[in-house]
Amino acid sequence: MNARIVHIASNTFREAVRDRVLYNLIAFALLISGAAIFVGQISIDIERLVVVNLGLTAVSLFGVVIAIFIGIGLVSKEIDKRTLYTVLSRPVRRWEFIVGKFFGLAGTLIVNTFFMAIGVFAALLYVAHKFTGADTLILIALYFIILEFLIICSLALLFSSFSSPLLSAVFAFSLFVIGCFADDLRGFAALTHGFTRWIATGAAYLVPNFSALNVISAVAHQQPLSGQLIVQNTLYALFYTAMALSGAVLIFERRNLK
Amino acid sequence: MPAIEILGLEKTYMVGFWRKRPKLALQPLHLTVEEGEIFGFLGPNGAGKTTTLKMLMGLVFPTSGTARILGHEWTDPEVKAQTGFLPEQPYFYDYLTAHELLNYYGQLSGVPGKDRKRRIDEVLQRVGLTDVKGVQLRKFSKGMLQRAGIAQAILHNPKLVFFDEPMSGLDPLGRREVRDLMEQLKQEGKTVFFSTHILSDAEALCDRVAIINKGELRGVGAVEDLTSTVQGKVEVVWQGVQVPASMKALGAECHVTGDTVRAVLPETQQDAAIDALRRERIRLIAITPLRTSLEAYFVEKMQQSQSAAATTVGTTK
Repeated sequence: MNARIVHIASNTFREAVRDRVLYNLIAFALLISGAAIFVGQISIDIERLVVVNLGLTAVSLFGVVIAIFIGIGLVSKEIDKRTLYTVLSRPVRRWEFIVGKFFGLAGTLIVNTFFMAIGVFAALLYVAHKFTGADTLILIALYFIILEFLIICSLALLFSSFSSPLLSAVFAFSLFVIGCFADDLRGFAALTHGFTRWIATGAAYLVPNFSALNVISAVAHQQPLSGQLIVQNTLYALFYTAMALSGAVLIFERRNLK
Repeated sequence: MPAIEILGLEKTYMVGFWRKRPKLALQPLHLTVEEGEIFGFLGPNGAGKTTTLKMLMGLVFPTSGTARILGHEWTDPEVKAQTGFLPEQPYFYDYLTAHELLNYYGQLSGVPGKDRKRRIDEVLQRVGLTDVKGVQLRKFSKGMLQRAGIAQAILHNPKLVFFDEPMSGLDPLGRREVRDLMEQLKQEGKTVFFSTHILSDAEALCDRVAIINKGELRGVGAVEDLTSTVQGKVEVVWQGVQVPASMKALGAECHVTGDTVRAVLPETQQDAAIDALRRERIRLIAITPLRTSLEAYFVEKMQQSQSAAATTVGTTK
């Protein structure tokens, strides 16, 4: 990878760490350990299901909140504070800045997810006293959650490249919520006719399909996941992320930094 | 080869809710800065100085026109490896220490790892931040941030340095240090292009200056040329507090300051004034031709600009 992108990404990661973003891990640790103890006392035979469901949902929500709230400020904050001037006055291309910022935030979220995953497995061990082969499915669910983060990061960056942080947060969060119901939206589109069908289908395929990336319930119930789904989701997430990042770059390349 | 060639750079912003109302920030600007000179870009606030600098740095896109920097197209990213830039009232990543900040900028400028550490230590020493190199920038005063800004601008040993209001936020000692630094950069063969509205700094430092107001270039030239206009008058200074009647008879405008008198009179009366002072046995200190100061030149250009604007408004009405 281009060295300048690596430097921008590592600086973005350092910023997140020094701004105490990883402190969310403390809240997560408290939540997951509290839940494990509580679930261990009240659930009979479904401790594993509850811990996996709760743990993975928390991993996803914590990450989404971080992705949106850091992502929306990645570009606009640099413009507002004018820290961008001394970066872009160097031999740094604008697309390198956007891509570097993306990888920095993605790296932060991956590290964050890694520590939260340790918490989930620790809680699971506490309630189930042992690991089973089916627990490897949790790793796939975590992988899909990371793919979800990549899409959200790129969308937050896209919105951040042309609108204010508040509007970017509204746009990104709205798309996240709509994307969680993407399958329903596609089902609805299939029921319509004529011009409405074109519009509804277009909108349904334009929003990110987070429902396909959500396998938490299936994993909690130890249902197998196909290799095809993994490949499909990977390609989809990478394509969607690349498109959103390209949009961010196209907008940012033309932006006057007043 | 000129260090900077600005060929008709122009900027119009579209303002208003629907962005339909044009606002001219810079009229087509033609300017050449030679290598190795300190060039002052003067003008009041809002004149278009920062817009020009931002266009040269690729932060703002011109409506039309082009520029060449160090012989290359100004949009060529590799040109930026040879230029340094200090923005007006700089702000940096405040979670970094001064050393970390310079290391980051050194990486982005492509300074090799071995040289980077040495260069960082050198520039920190040069701007007087060595003692606080491990302190996070959020704890820096405005003046210290300005010094950090100067350090990052010269870190990669650029051939051409752009400073936007470099004296801003500095105390008198700091201003003096920045002036010395700019002179050192010139001695090292670098070109310095700096914007300011502090005329004394420009007069003391610059080889040439350009004056801009309301987005239009009003004058450009060597400081010596702009200030060498002898107004056909001389200034005579003598010791004492009394003004002889014979001096008044010569039409001298006299001002008493402390134990000296300063008189301004037509050049043609110079010999008569010397004779008059001799007769009165008064000790003459100096006789110098009266020159236009850069400030006077600047004010004149501003007044011309205002009267031109008033004429345009009158004609339009």
